[in-house]
Amino acid sequence: MCLRRIPVTHNSGGLSLFEIVKKVVLRHDIKQMDILAPLVARKIKPGQFIMFRVDESGERIPLTMVNHDPEKGTVRIIFQEVGKSTRQLGEMNEGDSVLDFIGPLGKYHKMTGGKHGRIIGVGGGIGIAPLLPKVREFHSDGDEIISIIGARSKDLLILEDEMKAASSELNICTDDGSYGHKGFVTEILKQKLDESTNYDFVLAIGPPIMMKVVRDLVKPYGVPCYVSLNTIMVDGTGMCGSCRVSVGGEVKFACIDGPEMRGEEIDFVEMMSRQTRYVAEEKVSMERYLAKEGK
Amino acid sequence: MDDKARKLAGIKQKEKTPMPEQEAKVRAHNFKEVPYGYTAEMAIEEAWRCTQCKNQPCVAGCPVEIDIPGFIAAIQQGDFREGINIIKRTNALPAVCGRVCPQEEQCEKFCIRGIKGEPVAIGRLERFAADWEAEQGEADLPEIAPSNGKKVAVIGAGPGGMTCGGDLVAMGYDVTVFEAFHASGGVLRYGIPEFRLPKDIVSRETDYLARMGVKFEYNMVVGNVLTIEEMREQGFEAFFVATGAGLPWFMNLKGEGLNGVYSANEFLTRANLMKAYDPKNYDTPTWVGSKTAVVGGGNVAMDSARTAMRLGSEHVYIVYRRALEQMPARNEEIHHAQQEGIEFLLLQNPLEILDNGEGWVGGMRCIRMELGEPDASGRRRPVPIEGSEFILEVDGVVIAIGNGANPLFIDATPGLKVNKWGNILADDKGRTSLEGVFAGGDIVIGAATVIEAMGAGKIAARAIDEYLSGEAGDWSPELGE
Repeated sequence: MCLRRIPVTHNSGGLSLFEIVKKVVLRHDIKQMDILAPLVARKIKPGQFIMFRVDESGERIPLTMVNHDPEKGTVRIIFQEVGKSTRQLGEMNEGDSVLDFIGPLGKYHKMTGGKHGRIIGVGGGIGIAPLLPKVREFHSDGDEIISIIGARSKDLLILEDEMKAASSELNICTDDGSYGHKGFVTEILKQKLDESTNYDFVLAIGPPIMMKVVRDLVKPYGVPCYVSLNTIMVDGTGMCGSCRVSVGGEVKFACIDGPEMRGEEIDFVEMMSRQTRYVAEEKVSMERYLAKEGK
Repeated sequence: MDDKARKLAGIKQKEKTPMPEQEAKVRAHNFKEVPYGYTAEMAIEEAWRCTQCKNQPCVAGCPVEIDIPGFIAAIQQGDFREGINIIKRTNALPAVCGRVCPQEEQCEKFCIRGIKGEPVAIGRLERFAADWEAEQGEADLPEIAPSNGKKVAVIGAGPGGMTCGGDLVAMGYDVTVFEAFHASGGVLRYGIPEFRLPKDIVSRETDYLARMGVKFEYNMVVGNVLTIEEMREQGFEAFFVATGAGLPWFMNLKGEGLNGVYSANEFLTRANLMKAYDPKNYDTPTWVGSKTAVVGGGNVAMDSARTAMRLGSEHVYIVYRRALEQMPARNEEIHHAQQEGIEFLLLQNPLEILDNGEGWVGGMRCIRMELGEPDASGRRRPVPIEGSEFILEVDGVVIAIGNGANPLFIDATPGLKVNKWGNILADDKGRTSLEGVFAGGDIVIGAATVIEAMGAGKIAARAIDEYLSGEAGDWSPELGE
C-alpha cells in the first residue's frame, strides 16, 4: 500500500495548532467542537479518546472522540459543561485554540470482528456522543444495530438524527416523558431482551449509574455487556492509575486497558464512589473561575 | 590566601563544606528548594579539598564520564565558566545531576578523601557551577559538529532521552524528541518535587538543548499517533526509546480502590507536573488527609511523604517492611524527611486499607515484620510476626512500591522483544530486536535512577552514531530472555 506523505509533527502545514474550526451549541450546556489536530484525526478510531488542556493552568481532561475527518484534519468532541475546564472550553469560539490536544488514547476495540451481528447500543445523556461512532462502525460493517437512547428531557437529547441514520432501529426515552418513551432506557432494553436474547452483545455508554443498571439487567440474560468508562484521569497513558477500576478483583486502568471493557465484573459501586473524589475541590475551582470572569 | 594556603586548608578540612539550607520547620510547609546552594567562596573552599589525585577514581564512578578533577580545578581558580564548560562537554543536564544524582553511590563513593573523612562534595560543586552559569544569562553552547543530515527520533523527553538527544545533536545529527506529555523532563518534571528540583531548572536545561538544535515535539504518544514504521517513512534512520517506567504497581490490598488512596505517580504528578500545590493558580485538584501513610522505602516514597506534609497533612508516616538500613532511598532524602518530621514505621507492612463507611480511607491494618534469611536481592527477607496486627490511624494512603513497564508503546510496535516483566530487551549498546531501534533507561532495566538513564542515553548516542556511520557491522544484538 502506498501511504500518502504524512506530517510528522503537530506543527506541520502552517496551520494554527489545535484550533477550534467549528463550534455548534447542541443544547444549552452541551457543545460540539471540531478541533484541528491532523495527526490525531488520521489515527483515532471509535471508542478511543483524546485529552485536552485549555491553557497553561488547565487540567488534562479526557473526552471520547465522536467523529473525525482525516482529510480536514479535525477531531469532533461533544461535552457538557460540568466543571470549570469544560465551562472554559465551552466559552471558547471558532478561531480560538486549546493549548494541548493529545491522542489517540485508549485501546481500539473492534468488537464485532466484522461479522454480521446483532447488537444493542444503549446511550444515556452525553454518553450518546461516544456511542455514535461505535454505532456507525457497526452499521457500516453490516451489523443489525438496535439503539436505545435516553435523556432527562427532550431539550437535553442529542444526536437523534445521526443515531437514527446509523441504527437499524432507534428507541428514544426521556425521564419526564417530554419525548419518546417516558422512563429509563433499561425499560426498553428489558422489553428487547424479553423478546429475544439473540444478540452478540449490548454496548452501554452513559452515566456510571446507567451502565451499572444496564449491566445488572443484561447479566441474567447471558448476553455479553460492554461499557465505556470515563473515570478521572491525569495523564491518560497508564502512568498514574487515577482511572483504575476493580474488575473481578483485579486492578485495571480505564486509560490503557479500556476505555471499553466487559461490564460483568466491574465494581461499579467503587467506581462511582471514586468519581466523587474531587467534588469539593472542583466546586471551589468553579467558584473562583466564575468570580474571576465576573459571572 | 594564595593557592598553597588554600590547598593546605583544603587538605586539613576532613568534612564537606556544609550546605546552607532552609530550616526544616519552615520548609516542611513550602515547596521552595531545600538547599540554597554554595556561595562562590564556599565552592572554592570545597574545591580545594580535591587533591587532584592521579588515578581520578571519581571519573570511573560517573555514568556520564564527567572530567571531575578538571572542573574542580577550574573552580579552585575561580574560573567558573571553564568549570561548567568542562562539565557540559559530557553532561547536558548539570543542574539536574548536581541535585538528584546519588553521588554517594557514584563519583563520591570512590573519592580518596572519603577514606579518612568525607569525600569531596562533587555533586554540590556541579550544582554550583550550573547555577552560577544560569545567573550569568545565556549559557555557552558546546561545540556542535556540522550537520550530517541524518534524522534520529528520541521517544520520551526524560533524562535518558534528553541526554541522548543532546549528545547526538552535538555530533551533527538532526534530532527530534517526541514526548507524550505537554512538557519535557519526564520524571524530572512529573516525579521529583519542586523542593528537590525546581521545574524552572528542567525548563532551563530543555531550552539549552533546544538552543543546541534538539527539536521537541510534545503531546506525541508515539505508538498511537505515529508508529516507528511511519517515522522511518518520514526519513528517521535511528530511534532511541526512552519511555521510562510508567505503570504504577499496586499491592492488591483490599481497600486500595478507596478514595484517598493514591499511587505515588498520581500523587506526585498532580502536585508536580500539574502544580496542584498551587490551587489558586492551577486547576488540577489534589487532596491530602490529616494523617497520611506512604507505603515504600525508596526516593519516591520520601518525595511523596514530604509532599504530603507540605500539602498540609499533619502526620505523615513512611510504612516500610524492612529496616532503615535496607531502605533504598538516598541517605540525604531519609535525613531530610526525618528532619521535617516524617515518622518512620519500620518493619511494618499493610494488610488492608479500611473503609470509613463513606468510601474513603478509615485506617490501615498493618502487621509487624522481622528480618529472616537473605532473599535474592541479598537483603534479609522481612517475615510477618504472627499476631502482631494493628490498625494505623490514617485517612490517606500513597502506594510508593515502584513501577512496571508501560505497555503502550510496546503494544504498538510489532517485533519489539520484551522480557517477562514487559521491559524492552536491549544489549549493552541499547540495541533491540528491531534494526535501528535502540532503548535505554527504566524501560529496559526497570525503575532505576536519573543518572543511570542518562548514562544509557549517552551509550545509545554513541551506538547510534556508530550504526549510522556504518561502523557497527551487522545488527545482531544478544538479547537474552
